[in-house]
Amino acid sequence: MTHPRFRGAGFRTSRRQLMAGIASISILAATGVPALAQDKPATADVNTTNLAVTDDTVTVGILHSITGTMAISETGSVQAEKLAIDQINAEGGVLGRKIEYIQEDGASDWPTFAEKAKKLLVQDKVAAVFGCWTSASRKAVLPVFEQYNGMLYYPTFYEGLEESPNVIYTGQEATQQIIAGIDWVAKEKGAKTFYLLGSDYIWPRTSNKIARKHIEKLGLEVVGEEYYPLGHTQFNSVINKIRLKKPDVIYAIVVGGSNVAFYKQLKAAGIDMTKEKPLLLTISVTEDEIRGIGGENIEGAYATMKYFQSLDNENNKDFVSAFKEKWGDDMVIGDVTQAAYLGPWLWKAAVEKAGSFDIDKVREASPGIELDTAPEGYVRIHENHHLWSKTRVGHAKPDGQYEVVYETEDLMEPDPFPEGYQ
Amino acid sequence: MIGDYTYSEFFSILAMQGFAGLILFSVFVLMALGLAIIFGQMGVINMAHGEFMILGAYVTYLCSNFVSSYAPALFPIYFFVAMVLAFMASFALGLLVEWAMIRHLYKRPLDTLLATWGLSLVLQQLYRSVFGAREVGVTLPDWLMGSVALTDIVEVPINGLFVMGLTLAITVAVYFIMFRSGWGKRVRAVMQNRVMAGAVGIDTRKVDRMTFGLGCGIAGIAGAAFTMIGSTGPTAGQLYIVDTFLVVVFGGAASLLGTIASAFTISQAQSTMEFFMSGSMAKVLTLLSVVIILMLRPQGLFTLKIRQ
Repeated sequence: MTHPRFRGAGFRTSRRQLMAGIASISILAATGVPALAQDKPATADVNTTNLAVTDDTVTVGILHSITGTMAISETGSVQAEKLAIDQINAEGGVLGRKIEYIQEDGASDWPTFAEKAKKLLVQDKVAAVFGCWTSASRKAVLPVFEQYNGMLYYPTFYEGLEESPNVIYTGQEATQQIIAGIDWVAKEKGAKTFYLLGSDYIWPRTSNKIARKHIEKLGLEVVGEEYYPLGHTQFNSVINKIRLKKPDVIYAIVVGGSNVAFYKQLKAAGIDMTKEKPLLLTISVTEDEIRGIGGENIEGAYATMKYFQSLDNENNKDFVSAFKEKWGDDMVIGDVTQAAYLGPWLWKAAVEKAGSFDIDKVREASPGIELDTAPEGYVRIHENHHLWSKTRVGHAKPDGQYEVVYETEDLMEPDPFPEGYQ
Repeated sequence: MIGDYTYSEFFSILAMQGFAGLILFSVFVLMALGLAIIFGQMGVINMAHGEFMILGAYVTYLCSNFVSSYAPALFPIYFFVAMVLAFMASFALGLLVEWAMIRHLYKRPLDTLLATWGLSLVLQQLYRSVFGAREVGVTLPDWLMGSVALTDIVEVPINGLFVMGLTLAITVAVYFIMFRSGWGKRVRAVMQNRVMAGAVGIDTRKVDRMTFGLGCGIAGIAGAAFTMIGSTGPTAGQLYIVDTFLVVVFGGAASLLGTIASAFTISQAQSTMEFFMSGSMAKVLTLLSVVIILMLRPQGLFTLKIRQ
């Protein structure tokens, strides 16, 4: 399958073929008998589209913000991707080639993300890109990946309503994260009324829309819904409203630094989450955010994610200890960090199944790829390029870790375009 | 019944929102006093004000870590020490910045905007290198985290009361420094007529340096106080800077009384509106009202009477 926009780029294609020709000639000159002497496939066979693949190496891109406001969040993703690449290299690489990476800084600025994505695809000809965090940055790079036919592994849980042949979504889409959590509080905690609260941009608003639809479908009630600008630090008014409306559940999707203000003020206002009256359920606070909030301020809250650092399985124990060994003992690992770690492994599996680095072949091979070694347990790529995965509910402890109190029995099917939720 | 609420609930709302508004008011005054001194009295637009606050917050963080590791018995009272240290750190950095940068720019007030903006970026990167990009958690003594229950519904957070008390203390202190001390007299003289003040023997350089330092020091205390309610990270200072300028400009740049009046107006308006509509909408309406009032009254709420 050739991507339609790619097929149209006649000049570029012919230039690529020319470059490929030059590349193979130079390999011939350098090694005499190319690749045949080794027990790995010849470069000319596994790379017909002139990607940055040599006999010994394959180059990929890492595209995250390491400066600007998103650096706080995306640093963990970069660390996880580098760890995965190191481990894959230690196992002998991909199709006998060591992975090298080119890291670019999106600088928390969406046009910069697009520019750097184009640089990675056109100039560096990387075989895959691991990157982005915010939906805004993903939307900015999407046309670039479609035009130049690249492959992006995107790690963040997000609002859904998107599916691209050029993206593998390794985090959860909204329904996977939200619906299981609401079902759980309704069933296990007998919750009847909900107060929805979030930061004011697309992800919290879409997530709350899905949450509201689902709450109403269950015959339960939303008693309040409210949004505050990003970076807002004064939540006294909404806390007063929550106190008056006495909801069973505060459903909070506040992001970033606002979280610190929100949870500190909630505690100071005398709302004790350990008493679960009201109970607080969030989808936006990972172990990373708790470091800023302080474990004692969020103790007793519940979070719906697919991964928590405290997950008790062999894969995760290995992952956590390897991560700490490489990046330091005081590291905490959140949901997105784990999802970022899956990227290089899923790509490796797809490349090996396809027997080729070519983007089109990797894309074709991707659905059905499974990973038994994922720290979250087991994942599989769906036809729609999202992952089948479990959803879990964690209970925040004062030491900053979540204790898993529930997980879905089966893998949840990803459904980026849920019916009736748009 | 009023709307969805019973009368008793409605009066509770008014009481609670009144308190919420007062807390917001205190936060605004704390943020804006330092800026108003520097901007109003010296004409320097200090875009790095937020970073001076965050310096205070980081000092509090270090202090809390130090005390909990080496003298846990003193933990309940460490916060007062932290505020003093935060003031001293920001004050010292203020003196340094004035000496190295600001004093060369007094005749070009718009350039101070650019220079201090650059300074804010430098400081942010410095914090990131020293403390890391992630936010740090500042642990507070337990007594600061509770609340006082007045009725079933009305509870007042203790840290809010603490911020209110602190604001009152600092405001009174600033009043005495600026309006009741010889040094304050000199500051006001320099502000009104630099050349004449110099001619009558006031060391204008020294006055400038101390004024800038004082403004920064107050920012440091504000930063220490905000660790109770907000986040502490390299870029957290940016969250405050727009609101701070809003308060100062709306109040009338040269008037400290105006700063307080404007903080009160904005905080009460916002807090009341926040209850009846969503948070984002309340913010938009607040900004809109400020813009309209500034169009009608460009000099702000209060101005000093000076000969034009």
